[in-house]
Amino acid sequence: MDKLLNHAPHMKHKDNISSIMLDVNIALLIAVIPSYLFFGPKILLIIAVSIGSAVLSELIFQLITKREITALDGSAFLTGLLVAYNMPPTIPLYVPIIGSIFAIIIVKQLFGGLGNNILNPALAGRLFVMFAWLPLMTTWVIPQIPEYIKQILPFMPDSLVTSATDAVSSATPLATVKLQGMQELIKCYGSKQNLYFSMLIGFRSGCLGETSTLFLLIGGIYLLIKRIITFEIPITYILTAGILGFVFGKDGLFTGDFLFQIMSGGLILGAFFMATDMVTSPLTRKGMIIFGIGCGFFTFILRKFSGYPEGVSFSILIMNSLTPLIDKYTMPKPFGFVGKKENK
Amino acid sequence: MKRIKELTNGIFTENPIFVLMLGLCPTLAVSTETINGIGMGIAATFVLLCSNIIISSIKNYIPDKIRIPCYIIIIATFVTVTDLTLKAYTPALYKKMGLFIKLIVVNCIILGRAEAFASRKSVFDSILDAIGMGLGFTIALTLISVIRDILGNGAINLSLNLGDKTIGTVYYIKNMNPMIIMIMPPGAFICIGVLMGLYNKLKEKKC
Repeated sequence: MDKLLNHAPHMKHKDNISSIMLDVNIALLIAVIPSYLFFGPKILLIIAVSIGSAVLSELIFQLITKREITALDGSAFLTGLLVAYNMPPTIPLYVPIIGSIFAIIIVKQLFGGLGNNILNPALAGRLFVMFAWLPLMTTWVIPQIPEYIKQILPFMPDSLVTSATDAVSSATPLATVKLQGMQELIKCYGSKQNLYFSMLIGFRSGCLGETSTLFLLIGGIYLLIKRIITFEIPITYILTAGILGFVFGKDGLFTGDFLFQIMSGGLILGAFFMATDMVTSPLTRKGMIIFGIGCGFFTFILRKFSGYPEGVSFSILIMNSLTPLIDKYTMPKPFGFVGKKENK
Repeated sequence: MKRIKELTNGIFTENPIFVLMLGLCPTLAVSTETINGIGMGIAATFVLLCSNIIISSIKNYIPDKIRIPCYIIIIATFVTVTDLTLKAYTPALYKKMGLFIKLIVVNCIILGRAEAFASRKSVFDSILDAIGMGLGFTIALTLISVIRDILGNGAINLSLNLGDKTIGTVYYIKNMNPMIIMIMPPGAFICIGVLMGLYNKLKEKKC
């Protein structure tokens, strides 16, 4: 009885926090498949440990502070999964554990729990451990292609070992292009079509959740169909980053590679799953478009001018902190609103 | 009894870092190693004590309109004494703390206590207040430094280099991969924020 505010008749919608989180988690988990194929079974351990520590830390915090126990509603699961997706495959297990604990306790719970956090917890946790253990978070490995895949797709290169990388460590495609140029990357893969196809299915070095564009897109389209996210933020984000990257290419104006820009790094993962987090993004359609353009702009700036390998995490967090301002200025006017100047 | 209350005031109920939130700038910057925290706390306590004594003694002769410049002159004298002493006897520590010894002049704790306390109360009360606040500052600063030192360096640095010899040792934690962010500015803010929250929660429970 204490939850009813309006008079009958009522219309009930089947969505609640748990069902929304379940859908998002299912959409995200699709991207484990290519990661498992190319990076091996150890990534399953990283994901499990990360999710476990996220859920456990939320449970313990809510027990100690005598708050309502919501640890099993799926949002801690989502945070743990996203933290794991931002880890390189060779990360020692204490890194995602500390990342998840920081994300849940400090970024989410200490700000007021679900719905009250200002920053995306998984991204803030990821940046925390990145600056805590920078060398661990920036070592990448070359993915290995299993035999049965090789038989289906014979044109894929055997491995991505070149003169510039050794058999163990490697650089992400973005880093390779930044330091050595596009030609070196194309040489690794054999041809430009091979490069695009590999980036599509996830055969490249990078963090274990961000590599496969295709599987992440499938998850994103699933969320769009189920109307859990709206298309404004992902489309504006991806288009802005891509177009800016195309216009201000390395060799001069309009020489950038649009497809490469939108497929590389964590852009698809960030645009569909992290920037669209309903707590930390604006409420109105106009606000969401501004948010998406801002994210794209900062991603482009950081990719082009900064020394960091990736700009997505920083740009989403910058726009998260600007969200209250965007909300304030895009507040819709009530119906019939004229203004305060009526009284004389 | 009232006298003892004034002493413990600075340590618990009105701790300058966690409750009054004064002097956060040197706190954040200097607390990267334990010995830095202890050294800064002792230096600030000395300046606070001496300036409180002098200001409280001559409080009736300072015109009200120019009291702030007068306090600054008095405080600056003692800061210079501290600065030169540290430079002479502990050069390594002095170099690590750099500019922040000189910045004790504008540390809000010292000016704030001079304005709010020493200019109104007797010399003895001012001495007690200075010792209490200084101790509170040192304890809080050392606590923050120990946490940041353990997490960010994997060690507790208690070694003081006195020019020709070194007293104390550095205690290393075995097999720890230190979290570099804790000795960087973000780690300072996170550490102080969490500690401040815990401290105020404990204080609220006690009342």
